[in-house]
Amino acid sequence: MAVNKKIRELHEKREKILMGGGEQAIEKQKAMGKRTARERIMALLDKDSFMEYDMFVEHDARDFDMDKKSLPSDGVIIGSGTIDGAPVAVFAQDFTVAGGSLGLMHSRKIAKIMDHALKMRIPLIGINDSGGARIQEGVNSLAGYGEIFFRNTISSGVIPQISVILGPCAGGAVYSPALMDFVFVVDNISKMFITGPEVIKTVLGEEISMEELGGARVHSEITGNAHFFAHSEDECFEQIKRLISFIPWNNSRKAMPLEPAEPDGDFDPEKIVPDDPTLPYDVKDVIRSIVDKSDFFEIMELYARNIVIGFGRLGGRTTGFVANQPLEMAGVLDVDSSDKAARFIRYCDAFNIPIVTLVDLPGYLPGVDQEHAGVIRHGAKVLYAYSEATVPKLTVILRKAYGGGYIAMSSRHLRADFVFAWPTAEIAVMGPEGAANIIFRKEIMSSDDPDGMRKKKVEEYKAKFANPYVAAAKGYVDAVIEPKETRRFLLHAIEVSENKNVQMPEKKHGLPPF
Amino acid sequence: MKEFENLGTLNINSIVYKTRLSNKFMSRKPYQKADQRIILSYIPGTVLDIMVREGQEVKKGEDLMILDAMKMQNKLKSAIDGTVKKIFVSRGNRVAKGTKLIEMK
Repeated sequence: MAVNKKIRELHEKREKILMGGGEQAIEKQKAMGKRTARERIMALLDKDSFMEYDMFVEHDARDFDMDKKSLPSDGVIIGSGTIDGAPVAVFAQDFTVAGGSLGLMHSRKIAKIMDHALKMRIPLIGINDSGGARIQEGVNSLAGYGEIFFRNTISSGVIPQISVILGPCAGGAVYSPALMDFVFVVDNISKMFITGPEVIKTVLGEEISMEELGGARVHSEITGNAHFFAHSEDECFEQIKRLISFIPWNNSRKAMPLEPAEPDGDFDPEKIVPDDPTLPYDVKDVIRSIVDKSDFFEIMELYARNIVIGFGRLGGRTTGFVANQPLEMAGVLDVDSSDKAARFIRYCDAFNIPIVTLVDLPGYLPGVDQEHAGVIRHGAKVLYAYSEATVPKLTVILRKAYGGGYIAMSSRHLRADFVFAWPTAEIAVMGPEGAANIIFRKEIMSSDDPDGMRKKKVEEYKAKFANPYVAAAKGYVDAVIEPKETRRFLLHAIEVSENKNVQMPEKKHGLPPF
Repeated sequence: MKEFENLGTLNINSIVYKTRLSNKFMSRKPYQKADQRIILSYIPGTVLDIMVREGQEVKKGEDLMILDAMKMQNKLKSAIDGTVKKIFVSRGNRVAKGTKLIEMK
């Protein structure tokens, strides 16, 4: 039968292509603790859900003997499938084929799946594992990167874009992940840098390993380029699946709600936060005391730990959390934490996710390094992000909220929809010590016992201003609530805000202090 | 209340907080005003030429040395009128960023 023969021929062609760069290359890939591109897609997506496109695409490069080389699927796998039933578009670079290098057809395949994801309004997941540009294809390869960056930008804020670094991603290639919403890295596998160790050594005489220069830990702790750090590819895929469960498919939808569930009994908010504003606690425990099942999914856990960001659910609905972390650097705002918070606030706003802000901060971090690193410009990002956000904004002031930090952390003045304060809240222009030193400078200086007088004046100031009632008297705080009432008030606020509708003045776009 | 380990202290506006201190904060370099008498390599490179001797008087703006770096020959000039007190490198030396090259008085 002719049809049978043709089907057999198709099977043979497929089998050949499914071998990627061949057995030897696959063995090498495995020896590095890495899966092949197709295995990665299978591990990430629901079983049997993946449909591959463009399997038979081939390059047509002629120079440098390229016409004699066959590169199966041109070194990148594209297609779509589902994660827990949610549709996603995927590409995965195949390092076993010419080192996953990016040539014209390779980039066209990526561009095709990106266009598809945008048109279908479904999340895009890109798995990067590539030696970089395919040098033999010259400027066509540069054109390819440019086409990808453009699509990353156009899709930004329309569909979620998730980048997974499972191998090298160097030079210009790093800018596609950098333009995407969330970057996942795996210890010892991910390597990202603009210029590698060799160039750095030649030009600058500095010696550094790839891992120290742009390994997973570096990008998770120091640069802030990565959002999720995993120890293995399996752990990484679990993180991606969890993220997908929290976010909507696109910017015209809300995240899929789950069945509402109460928090675990393990977290009692009254027992987490010490009354003394100088003592630390873990604000993540406060979040766990509020969210469904005490399930909090933290983002950028290792970077700028003085602010905590992540997703939880309130009554089954995805909610973004931004919280000062008194356990780390007293919860100050600084260059890095401002950057971290601002981008997350904008993410939530773009994808219809309400924002709950938990406030407990002493102010901004003092220091020459901070000022010279541009804490003015970076700090302004937080003000900008909160002010422009039109999703429901709910604020709970747990303890101290001093000075500019109070304004920045989703205050009423930046149009928070609800501002609640615990009885332990201190909303003041600055901490009592600093304020008393300025206001009562003369009395303190002229006193026979300056230290005693200072203490007395600090106490006076504390008694009068270190509380939530001065702000509540002005309506800057809507309600002073018991810690254990927090979840109830937030659930109510989320419900009331369900159809929030704010019209912003028409403009092409604003000018956030990038 | 939970107990926490590795706590240090941080003073913000006259209030001392008990908290963990980040690596970045602990390893920050204290600010130092630039000393115009000490000439450091502002970039790694190779000493191509030295135009002055120890004990020599130089005027502000006078060439002291050529540092070859990033395919450029960078002339290092004196920021002050003074005397060359000590030269720490010789022709052909490869120097890292921040290496002390010349001290003036």
